[in-house]
Amino acid sequence: MALPPGVSEADFAAALTDFRAAVGDEWVFTSDEDIALYRDAYSPYWGEGEERLASAAVAPATVEQVQAVVRAANARRVPLYPISTGRNLAYGGSAPVYSGSVVLDLKRMNRVIEVNERSAYALVEPGVSYFDLYNYITEHNLDVWIDPPDPGWGSVIGNALDGGGGWTAAPFRDHFLVHCGMEVVLGDGDIVRTGMGAAPHAQTWQQNRWGYGPWVDGLFRQSNMGVVTKMGFWLMPRPEAFLSATVQVFNDRDIIPLFDILNLLENQHVINGSTGVFPGFGPNAAAWNLQLPIYGPANVITAQMDYAQAKFETIDGCRFIRNELIRTPLSAEDRARVRLVNFGIPDLSTFGMLGRTEQSPNPAGGHIGFSPIIPRTGEGLLEYRDFFRDNAAEVSGGENLGIIGPVFMTNWERSLVALIMFPISKDATANGKIRAAFRKWVTLAAERGWHEYRAPAVFQNDVAESYSFNDHALQRMREKIKDAIDPNGIISAGRYGVWPKHLRDA
Amino acid sequence: MKARKSIIKPLMLLLALPLASTAADTHGDSTQGKAHFNYWCAPCHAAGPGHPGTQSLTVKYRGSVPAELEQRKDLTAALLTSAVRQGILSMPPFRKTEVSDAQLADLIAYLTTR
Repeated sequence: MALPPGVSEADFAAALTDFRAAVGDEWVFTSDEDIALYRDAYSPYWGEGEERLASAAVAPATVEQVQAVVRAANARRVPLYPISTGRNLAYGGSAPVYSGSVVLDLKRMNRVIEVNERSAYALVEPGVSYFDLYNYITEHNLDVWIDPPDPGWGSVIGNALDGGGGWTAAPFRDHFLVHCGMEVVLGDGDIVRTGMGAAPHAQTWQQNRWGYGPWVDGLFRQSNMGVVTKMGFWLMPRPEAFLSATVQVFNDRDIIPLFDILNLLENQHVINGSTGVFPGFGPNAAAWNLQLPIYGPANVITAQMDYAQAKFETIDGCRFIRNELIRTPLSAEDRARVRLVNFGIPDLSTFGMLGRTEQSPNPAGGHIGFSPIIPRTGEGLLEYRDFFRDNAAEVSGGENLGIIGPVFMTNWERSLVALIMFPISKDATANGKIRAAFRKWVTLAAERGWHEYRAPAVFQNDVAESYSFNDHALQRMREKIKDAIDPNGIISAGRYGVWPKHLRDA
Repeated sequence: MKARKSIIKPLMLLLALPLASTAADTHGDSTQGKAHFNYWCAPCHAAGPGHPGTQSLTVKYRGSVPAELEQRKDLTAALLTSAVRQGILSMPPFRKTEVSDAQLADLIAYLTTR
């Protein structure tokens, strides 16, 4: 067992004693075998000196236990790294950003505190996965949907806090956007409830997210300002039906009017589903394909699709292919043929692209993504596509590193995410080449104004550095806030590039 | 960097042995094991499309053994312990806050007595 940096053996031993008193001996992990379970399985530094490793782990089951652990850590300046379900794979998983931190494993805090069907919200703890929340709703026969991301085993809270998104209707796809109210344990063990949760008798914690006065919830997104122990989320009442279409255009630059029309329809809330934009391949293929889903009452979304079709058919040569209307709840037949996450049903099917396939019988196993935000216009998409094409060979050093891209993610209504995917294996040489390529993409893209919305743990400093307006004024402000509310800097040092004062000075 | 690599990789190889003996020495409940399988394993290892573990094992074994874990007759405590505690390819290890040693013993009882 390694010591946390800067912590004496005596202080660490005393902290572990306090942790055991708080949560029970069984839930403090100090053996090498147990600590190894917290390694990031997709670490770009796997087995190398820079791999981020925990010194120990502690797993409270209640918010009172979280407070006790945080107070004990704060008293001896032991760094903590909270995780929820620990399944933030490709972004650091269950490993700390700062090696030597004690992982504060919140998986045991797995209570669905409330799902309110009439007001369409849920209040959950960090260890609740999308599977858990879906199972709770199903077992209680409630007529609301969750919005699953790709990994169903991920934490509802953790995914929202890390900036994750899902696959049903707007606005529910943006998981932080639809949260409503938090409970947070601060670095000194104090406990805060945000929004209406600060009003002791209010029954509206999950109904009004703003409360009164300066809104602070954003401080806890991609952050290290506190330990979130409860969070509310607005849910979508089950839509009556789902209707989709595929729009095909046949000239490359038709992507420009295609996006102008798509943006208009999404901003008018005519199209509310998770669209997809893909280039065509082959001699007679469309230049671009747009998948166009709508959720709502059957007769209403049929009319909305009529309106959308008329708009898209103003593009010369456009082909509009309408699919069969699907009603909910899904029949067994429909359930077997649809993509489940589009219907509020969590699964892990996306991991199939990482496993063995006929095309890839010896896969790398892991992956990471470079995910810059680019303008949501056809011109923006074409510029990024050409940028990738023009730089791909040089960035990869002339080798085929298995880098795939770009995939244009339209999950957010007002911007595009232009994803490039990198394979991660257990081979240090291959991973070294991937790391070099990744960092080149960060630099090259930043020069064009394209910056990531989210980053793997080991690259969070690189991306934070690129948000540099006015001599990194935003970063400096975040550091002032960090120093004020976590003066000993014990929580998630380095997460998203925010370091506490003693480590900045070091 | 090289020094660190040389320490960690042998360590990870050695881990399988003590963990395997821990799981094998513990008498599990196969009925509970079925429930744990449904919760933790089935999302990847159930039969049919959409299950990445089954898909991957289909390509790996090409019919020499069933791709679905519940159809296998050759699973051992050591193999299952290694898979759960060390992971394979894209499958990450499972922590004890997810699958405890007792629950792992249940899983082993379920998957090795079929």
